[in-house]
Amino acid sequence: MSTSTQTIEELATREYKYGFVTEVETETIPKGLSEDVIRLISEKKNEPEWLLEWRLKAYRMWLTMKEPTWQNVKYDPINYQDIVYYSAPKKKKALNSMDEVDPEVRATFNKLGIPLEEQMLLAGVAVDAVFDSVSVATTFKETLKKQGIIFMSFSEAVREHPDLVKKYLGSVVPHTDNFFAALNSAVFSDGSFVYVPKGVRCPMELSTYFRINAKDTGQFERTLIIAEEGSYVSYLEGCTAPMRDENQLHAAVVELVAHNDATIKYSTIQNWYPGDKDGKGGIYNFVTKRGLCAGRGSKITWTQVETGSAITWKYPGCILQGDNSIGEFYSVATTNNWQQADTGTKMIHLGKNTRSTIVSKGISAGHGQNTYRGMVRVGKNAKNARNYSQCDSLLIGDKCGAHTFPYLEIRNTSARVEHEASTSKIGEDQIFYCRQRGLSTEDAVNLIVSGFCREVFRELPMEFAVEAQKLLSISLEGSVG
Amino acid sequence: MLNIKNLQVTVEGNQILKGIDLHVNAGEVHAIMGPNGSGKSTLARALAGHPQYEVTAGEATFDGKDLLDLDPDERAREGVFMAFQYPVEIAGVNNAYFLKAAVNAKRKHQGLPELDAMEFMQLIKEKSKLLDIDQSMLSRAVNEGFSGGEKKRNEIFQMALLEPRLAILDETDSGLDIDALKLVAAGVNAMRSPQRAIIVVTHYQRLLDYIVPDYVHVLTGGRIVKSGGKELALELEKKGYGWIESGAQPVGAS
Repeated sequence: MSTSTQTIEELATREYKYGFVTEVETETIPKGLSEDVIRLISEKKNEPEWLLEWRLKAYRMWLTMKEPTWQNVKYDPINYQDIVYYSAPKKKKALNSMDEVDPEVRATFNKLGIPLEEQMLLAGVAVDAVFDSVSVATTFKETLKKQGIIFMSFSEAVREHPDLVKKYLGSVVPHTDNFFAALNSAVFSDGSFVYVPKGVRCPMELSTYFRINAKDTGQFERTLIIAEEGSYVSYLEGCTAPMRDENQLHAAVVELVAHNDATIKYSTIQNWYPGDKDGKGGIYNFVTKRGLCAGRGSKITWTQVETGSAITWKYPGCILQGDNSIGEFYSVATTNNWQQADTGTKMIHLGKNTRSTIVSKGISAGHGQNTYRGMVRVGKNAKNARNYSQCDSLLIGDKCGAHTFPYLEIRNTSARVEHEASTSKIGEDQIFYCRQRGLSTEDAVNLIVSGFCREVFRELPMEFAVEAQKLLSISLEGSVG
Repeated sequence: MLNIKNLQVTVEGNQILKGIDLHVNAGEVHAIMGPNGSGKSTLARALAGHPQYEVTAGEATFDGKDLLDLDPDERAREGVFMAFQYPVEIAGVNNAYFLKAAVNAKRKHQGLPELDAMEFMQLIKEKSKLLDIDQSMLSRAVNEGFSGGEKKRNEIFQMALLEPRLAILDETDSGLDIDALKLVAAGVNAMRSPQRAIIVVTHYQRLLDYIVPDYVHVLTGGRIVKSGGKELALELEKKGYGWIESGAQPVGAS
C-alpha cells in the first residue's frame, strides 16, 4: 500500500469533532411506546383532540406494519420499546428573545460554530433552533410576520394555526406511507412550520439547526412547508449531534407543498454522529421527505449534503402533479469508516410537461457503503415529461463500496428519460499531481472531492456551501477549515 | 544544486534504474535522452517522489538536503517542479483556483503572505502572455478537455507561476506540433536563469533545437552510459540509440 493511501486512511479515521454532551435539565418520559405514551406526549404538548386522534390512528397503523428490509444496509434489530419518545429541556417560562435561551444551550451552538447572534446579525438568517424536541428560540419572526410569513415550531403552529396544520399535515406523506413515517406520525415531537402567502418572496433563508442531545432519545421531527401561489422560500436544515455509544434512531418526516408557480428550495446538511472508527454507535437516520408540486409551474428543489449518521435511509422526492412543474434533487452522500447510506430520490411525474433533474454524488471511504436508489415514474397522463439523472460515485481506498439502483417506470411514450452513471477512484496519480504542485495529501483530497461535488455545492446558499465543504473535509480527511 | 549518486529505483518489483550518477549546478540545462523504456521518466518521477517509484539504493541531495527523505509536496515546496508527461485531469476544480492553491502553498512554506484573488489575477496576467494562455484555459477544470498542446502549455505555465529552483520536464515535447513546441520552448527559455536548473527528459533531438542544453546524458538500461555537450544530441539523432547501446553494452534487461 502506498503512503498516500495510508495517509488518507489515517486522516479518514479522525474523531468526530462535535462529540460532547450539554448538561441541561431535561424533562424525559420513561422508555417505551404505547397508546398511553402517545397520550402523554400529546398532553405535554397541550394538543387538541384531533391531533391526538391522528397520532393514535398512525400508531395503530404502525403496529400492523413491518420494518422495511429492502434497503442495502445492515443493522441489528431496533427495540422500539427501548427508546425514549419524548424529551424536552425544562422551560421555566416562555422566551421573549434569544437572551433568555439557556446559556448551556447557547454554548452548545457556539461550540458547533453557529452562534445564533452572529447569524442573526451577519447572515440575516432566521433560526428556529430545535434543541432535542422543543424549539427553544425563534428569531426574526417579527420581520417575517410583517410579510405574512409564518415560521414557527410545529407545536406553536398547532396552537396558532390549527386550520393550516389540519389541512396539510399528512397530505404529502400520509401516516400509511411507510413504517417510519407511521412511527413519526404517532410520536413526532416538534419541528418547523413554514407558510408563505400568495405572491410573497421570503426575504431571508429560513434555517433550523436540529440537535439530538438527551441520552437515548429518538428524535421524531415533523416539518411542514407550504408555499402559496407565486411565492418563494428557501429553507436550510443543518444537523450535528454529540457522541454516544448507543445507536439513536431519528425518523423525521418533511412535507412540502408548492402551489401554482411557487418555488421551494430545501437544503440539508446532515452531520450526525456516524459512529466511531470501529462502527460502534452512531445515528440511524430513517427519514421520509417529500414535496408536492401541486400547482402549475411550481418547483421544488432538494439539495442535501449527507456526511453523518451510521445509517442513512432517505429519499427526498417530488410529486410533479401540476402541469409544467419541476422537481430537482442534488445530493452529496459520504460514507466513511463503517457508515452506510441508502439514499436517492423519487420523481413522480403526473402532470404534463413536467421536468425533473437528479444529480447524485456518492463518496465512499474506509469501509463505507454508499447506495444510490432513485425512482423516476412517468404516469400515463404525463405527456412530454422529461428527466435527467446523473449518478456519480467516488471511491477512496479499496474497502468501500458504491452501488446504484435506478428504477424507471414509464407509462407515457412521449417521455424522455436520460440516465448517466459513473464510478471513479481518487487516483494516486491525481493526488501525486497535486502534491507535486505543493499541496498536502489532505488538501489534495479536499480539492478533488470538492471538485467532484461542485454541481451540488453550487445549488446551496452561499453560507451553507462553505459549511458543506468544511464538513466534507472533516468527515473525510481532516483539518481544512 | 542536485547531486545524485548511485540511484537505484524499483517500480512494482522491477528494477528500472540501476545506479544513476548525476550532478546538476544552478544555471545549467541538462538533457536526459534515451530509447523508450530506458528509465528516463522513472528518473524524473523518482526525483519528484512518486509513491510507486521505490528508491532501493543511492542518494540524491538538493541544495545539500536529502531529497529522498522529503515527501513529494515538501519537495515541491522546496522548489522541485516536474512538468508531467501526462498531466492529470481533476474534474470540477477550476484551473485558476488550483494554481492559486499551489502558489500559496509554496508562498506559505517560504514565509511569504498568501496572494489574494486580486494579486493572483495580476500574476496570472503577467505570466499568461508568455505561453498564450487564454481566459478559457483558466476557468475550465484542471486539464479537463484540454488538447495535448494545451496540457503541456499549462504545465509550463505552472512552472512559470511557481518559479522552481529545479524544473524537470518529462517528455514535454511529446504530442506537440511544431508551433506548440516553439511556444513551450520559448516559455522554458524565458525561465532560464543562473539561479535555476532545468532537466529536460526527451526521446527526440527536436526539442533540443529550441531548448539548447548545456549537457546531454544518454540513459539506457537504467544507467547513464554517455555524457557530453549539446553536440551529443545531434550525433544521437544521426546515428540512433543503437550506436550507443552497441558500444555501451548495458547490463541485462530488467
